[in-house]
Amino acid sequence: MVQAALVKTKPVIEISDLNLYFGEKQVLKNIQLTIPQKMVTAMIGPSGCGKSTLLRTLNRLHDLSPDARITGKVTIDGQDIFHKNTLVNKLRKKVGMVFQKPNPFPKSIYDNVAYGLQINGFPKDKIPQMVEESLRKSYIFDEVKDKLQEPATRLSGGQQQRLCIARTIAVKPEIILMDEPCSALDPLSTLKIEELILELKNDYTIVIVTHNMQQAARVSDFTAFMYLGELIEFDETHKIFNNPEKQLTENYIKGHFG
Amino acid sequence: MNNRLRVRIDKVFKVVFRIAGFACIAILVSIFMMLLYNTVAFFSQIKPLDFITDTQWNPSRHFGLLPLLASTLLVTLGAMAIAIPLGIGTALFISEYATGFVKNMLKPAVEMLSAIPSVVIGFLGIVVISPGISNLFGLSNGLNALNGAILLAIMALPTIITVAEDAIHAVPMTVKEASYGLGATKWATVKNIVLPAAYPGIIAAIMLGMGRAIGETMTVLMATGNSLAFPTGFFSSIRTITATIAIEMGEVPFQTTHYYGLFALALILFLITMAVNVLAERMVNRIRKFQ
Repeated sequence: MVQAALVKTKPVIEISDLNLYFGEKQVLKNIQLTIPQKMVTAMIGPSGCGKSTLLRTLNRLHDLSPDARITGKVTIDGQDIFHKNTLVNKLRKKVGMVFQKPNPFPKSIYDNVAYGLQINGFPKDKIPQMVEESLRKSYIFDEVKDKLQEPATRLSGGQQQRLCIARTIAVKPEIILMDEPCSALDPLSTLKIEELILELKNDYTIVIVTHNMQQAARVSDFTAFMYLGELIEFDETHKIFNNPEKQLTENYIKGHFG
Repeated sequence: MNNRLRVRIDKVFKVVFRIAGFACIAILVSIFMMLLYNTVAFFSQIKPLDFITDTQWNPSRHFGLLPLLASTLLVTLGAMAIAIPLGIGTALFISEYATGFVKNMLKPAVEMLSAIPSVVIGFLGIVVISPGISNLFGLSNGLNALNGAILLAIMALPTIITVAEDAIHAVPMTVKEASYGLGATKWATVKNIVLPAAYPGIIAAIMLGMGRAIGETMTVLMATGNSLAFPTGFFSSIRTITATIAIEMGEVPFQTTHYYGLFALALILFLITMAVNVLAERMVNRIRKFQ
């Protein structure tokens, strides 16, 4: 049982009775989920099952879509993220995000990382050092150290994505949301990102949405399987992949649909 | 239909379209040649140096470009000082801040603003804005450069807003999301990400708006007082290059120095608006490359 496995961990994100509608259409249905700290939690499921939508709920990115309506409760470190006293920019600093397509800013490599530090008011004299540190942690520093002032868009896709990870960890989040971070990358770049994820979980809680089940199996400790807006099953990754409780999960894992 | 006929029709249409294409170029070149020919005739009677240094336009003896050019630049710059912040602000509001009903109303409203004939804007200047200016600043006459600048700003606004909004809208959502995702506020995102990325398009918007303001005739003719004195500021009554041509062309005797002089003015105007448009076009091309 998942409860048994979760006992050893500390919950950081707690989602209860979460429903989300885009206009009339209900995209998330009554989600209950507890995400443990400093673990990698993968979300899998067929296209349109709501996994990305759920991920984007956690840093309130749906605030940007006027027709999204949310009911239910999400707490991070015990704090209700939808509460009117919650500052959304502070929440997003704490809950960083890496997107599906690498989306560096149209700025230099250095400025891509420095930007988040500047807007969050980190001391000016510390910024160069923090930029370097983040680039090192994302295993990209050696590749870019001689061209920090060049436009980030000149990097390869895989390098851009590692730069995006560097930019995310620079502002010292506690949680990193990754929305299919490798779907636009070649296998070698994917491998590098996966190694990075395993390294990052020492310091951060990671929630990763992925289409690639092998990837979920390789990098995650826990896996949530979603289908048609519902959370079907959540458990330790090895259980989901070897011995799922629900028939639907098993069918998906074995590739009967999706 | 036999094959020879089909080939022949094909050739005919090729020629038809070619004629259409070249006709456009021919019109442009002949307008330019007409201006140039008459300007050369003018410079055979008046020294070019006098034309650009004389500070008086008084067509019996003085053919000085400067007061007219100064008038044109004064109203244009004044108009831009008003229209740039207002236009970019509106474009940002439509594209980044407004939602739902307001957004859906604002875009057609801006387009309708550009549908107002310039005569009507001139009317607005005479009846509403110029009395307002004379009351506010205690002037005897409100038909001055400031009045013209306000009206031209109104006329340049739709162009500036539409082009700038397109440029701002073209900044990819994913990049904005990345900024919000780092904890940036809306203003931080607009200032640091959206505006720099949309910069070439915004410059293009300003240039196109400026081109509109420089070439506008009817409004300034109606609302700026048409004084030939050298302008001393925004409260001076002025007469722009366009208004001068429009007013004097109807009454000037054919092929006199004065007649040729108006063509020289037109050539100057043509060169200015062309330069502005070419610059704007370059900027627009730069956004296309960026995307």
